[in-house]
Amino acid sequence: MPNLFSNCGGITSPNPFWLASAPPANSGLQVMRAFEAGWGGAVWKTLGTPIQNVSSRFGALRGPGAGGEPVGFNNIELITDRSLDINFREIYEVKKRFPKHAVVASLMVETKEEWKEIIARSIDAGADGLELNFGCPHGMCERGMGSAVGQEPRINERITSWAKEYSTIPVLVKLTPNVSNIIPHGLAAKAGGADGVSLINTIKSVIGLDIDRFVMEPRVAGLSTNGGYCGAAVKPIAMFMVGELARSREFGLPISGIGGIGNWRDAVEFLLMGASNVQVCTAVMLHGYRIVEDMIEGLTDYMSSHGFETVDQMVGKAIPSFSEWGELDLNYETVAKIDPDLCIKCNRCVVACHDGAHQCIHINPDGGVPTIDLSECVGCNLCQIVCPVPGCITMTEVDNGFEPATWNLHVTEGAPLRPKKGVH
Amino acid sequence: MRSSPEWTLASQRSELAFPDGKPAYNQAQAVAEASRCLYCHNPPCVQACPTHIDIPSFIRKIATGNVKGSARTIFDANILGYSCARACPVEELCVGDCVYNDAGIPPIQIGRLQRYSTEIAVREGWSYFTAGAPTGKSVGLVGAGPASLACAHELRRLGHACTLYEKSQVPGGLDVTGIAPYKLRGEEALQEIHWVCRIGGIDVQSGVEVGKDIAWEELERRHDAVFVGMGLGPDRRLPGADLDGVDGAVAWIEKMKLGTVSLEGVRSAVVLGGGNTAMDCLRELAGLGVPEVTMVYRGTPEGMSGYKHEWEAAKKLGVRGIFGATPAGFVGEGQVSAVRIKGAEGEQEVPAQLVLLAIGQARLGEQLRPLGIHADASGRLIADAQGALSRPRWYAGGDCTNGGKEVVNAVAEGKAAALSIHRAMGV
Repeated sequence: MPNLFSNCGGITSPNPFWLASAPPANSGLQVMRAFEAGWGGAVWKTLGTPIQNVSSRFGALRGPGAGGEPVGFNNIELITDRSLDINFREIYEVKKRFPKHAVVASLMVETKEEWKEIIARSIDAGADGLELNFGCPHGMCERGMGSAVGQEPRINERITSWAKEYSTIPVLVKLTPNVSNIIPHGLAAKAGGADGVSLINTIKSVIGLDIDRFVMEPRVAGLSTNGGYCGAAVKPIAMFMVGELARSREFGLPISGIGGIGNWRDAVEFLLMGASNVQVCTAVMLHGYRIVEDMIEGLTDYMSSHGFETVDQMVGKAIPSFSEWGELDLNYETVAKIDPDLCIKCNRCVVACHDGAHQCIHINPDGGVPTIDLSECVGCNLCQIVCPVPGCITMTEVDNGFEPATWNLHVTEGAPLRPKKGVH
Repeated sequence: MRSSPEWTLASQRSELAFPDGKPAYNQAQAVAEASRCLYCHNPPCVQACPTHIDIPSFIRKIATGNVKGSARTIFDANILGYSCARACPVEELCVGDCVYNDAGIPPIQIGRLQRYSTEIAVREGWSYFTAGAPTGKSVGLVGAGPASLACAHELRRLGHACTLYEKSQVPGGLDVTGIAPYKLRGEEALQEIHWVCRIGGIDVQSGVEVGKDIAWEELERRHDAVFVGMGLGPDRRLPGADLDGVDGAVAWIEKMKLGTVSLEGVRSAVVLGGGNTAMDCLRELAGLGVPEVTMVYRGTPEGMSGYKHEWEAAKKLGVRGIFGATPAGFVGEGQVSAVRIKGAEGEQEVPAQLVLLAIGQARLGEQLRPLGIHADASGRLIADAQGALSRPRWYAGGDCTNGGKEVVNAVAEGKAAALSIHRAMGV
């Protein structure tokens, strides 16, 4: 039986599934219910000077289907609106009842004195670690906090070093994705002494418009503002940023992965991409704490079937595959193959290939399975992506007789490249 | 403790003529349907299931590719989750209560999704449950049908020893001998029962009829508690029904499922009754190629206890219904040739070379009266909501207490009784 025990920068939990700092981790009763449901840890809703929120805070980008399941989510909610006294008392109560679970205090204040005080109170309450919220891209950044800090490596480093100065428990720095290159920001946290980073926070976004009122959503009276974008749709961006830091030789700190994680498979991907654990918010907001049961079962089953005994053994397992374009083998060749027994003759592959790729899949005049002109197929994957029947279109490798050759090798040593396909 | 033997069925069986009525989903189909589920919280589908399977969770797990976990969720609530996936009248239970119905959107095919996960689990032999630490207590169970099997499995999880006394050679009761073959065939039900018994320590003493081969009182001496899951008795008969070609419905279905039934020379068949056993007979006779199949029912189409979807399916096969008529006698010399029926327009003869009586089954509760165990006037055992009978340490569930319901009801009652027995044991 695999062991799901997790350690991220010295903060341990019975499994790698934490609630992210957000509404699901807003109060003690919620966090206790989450732990009962199986969550291994929780990063408390960010603590600071309690704020006043607007009504109408969330918006969603919906996918197809009945009701349109939200695939992207946007919020303009700020940090905690509850008093620090109540929050710290509840952290204390949660830790008393769940001593082995991770409770991490997410913090956001301004002055050095305020950081000193709130860190001391967090430690007194029994928090297992701190997460410095340098990521929030709406509202708080206008007051010089959140992503305003996260976008300035020097300020990031300075405040991280304050936190490390005052803290006897591990410090994670939560990074904003609203930067062009994540590396300097991770390195700033490291320079400040952080024990790890968590990413991504939300992405600046406008979720949609009320096209009759000409007002952005979520509409607050006659106005709106940009929000923070999250949910399944941001996962590819989060995976990229986590991977970038995980493969950086200079960085080397533990990463808590966040961004669009909704099931065990997403979690496995983040772990393989270099995250030591994962944090979840949107999927819980949409479906409740109960989703963790499937995450625990699915991860356990995956670890058993892949021979992993501990979570640590998985972390970063896919990082060696994250390379540069110039190192990819240009002579590696695949072509599409349609399984005639599975094909339902929707011709989606035909139209996609004709209009969006290299015009090599042709309609069958007899109304049967489309035909593929293999001499023109570049192996782009588009047909496989649009095919509605799993397993019907496979991309099969072709032995073209050429030795592997990368662009870099071609430029430096003149390695021979196979003839181009689909150039007509 | 004896290990459970490999039970088998005859290789030649009439039921094998039937194709699968609702073929299994492949992975793509299952994921597509599962992804449609709204993953409701505390929804009506779960309330409608007598075993309260966490339906949204097992469906979501199919969507995420966690099939093993999906089947765990099902079996944890209902250990015969595979049989039930196929035998349950889902149109009347979970699927009928899917919230999509209220939105005018086709409901989630819960039964087929449940079949998808559980079929893979049984085929792969995934095991989820282990026997509890031995408590030193033992329970005797009368019958090895769904109620007793569910009760025994739950008792084994709790560490109690279990002995099932089954008068037939093969366990499973109506799960094996009574389900319409286009829903579930005998060997498929048996495969699940083998899988259930892998928890170990479910000792099935087959070919032992309690009350005949062993006295009821003896069970009390041998065991710390007794669970009665004996089902119902023989089909009810009618005066004059001793001609050849007149058979009880349940008896005929059992012959069709465990062996072969001859329909040679049967051009017309009549089924008397309007319940779900009658519905099964109608569809089975038509499916086996009887050209003219007629149901005779005393009430109105609306008053039939047979499910509407079953009657609709029977009609699609060309079955005819005569309502408001009661049987008045059987015509024939040695072999039946017609049924005389009496309706609003007087008497008429309906030609039939085969007549099946689907007018209920005997109830056997009377046998337990000497022990001071109460049954109602019809012979149905009277148990409380937890399955306890009117004599200490005696419990019951399934058809012998509910009068004849679905496999899923028997499972729910057997499991509830197991928990009740466990509490009473005080271990």
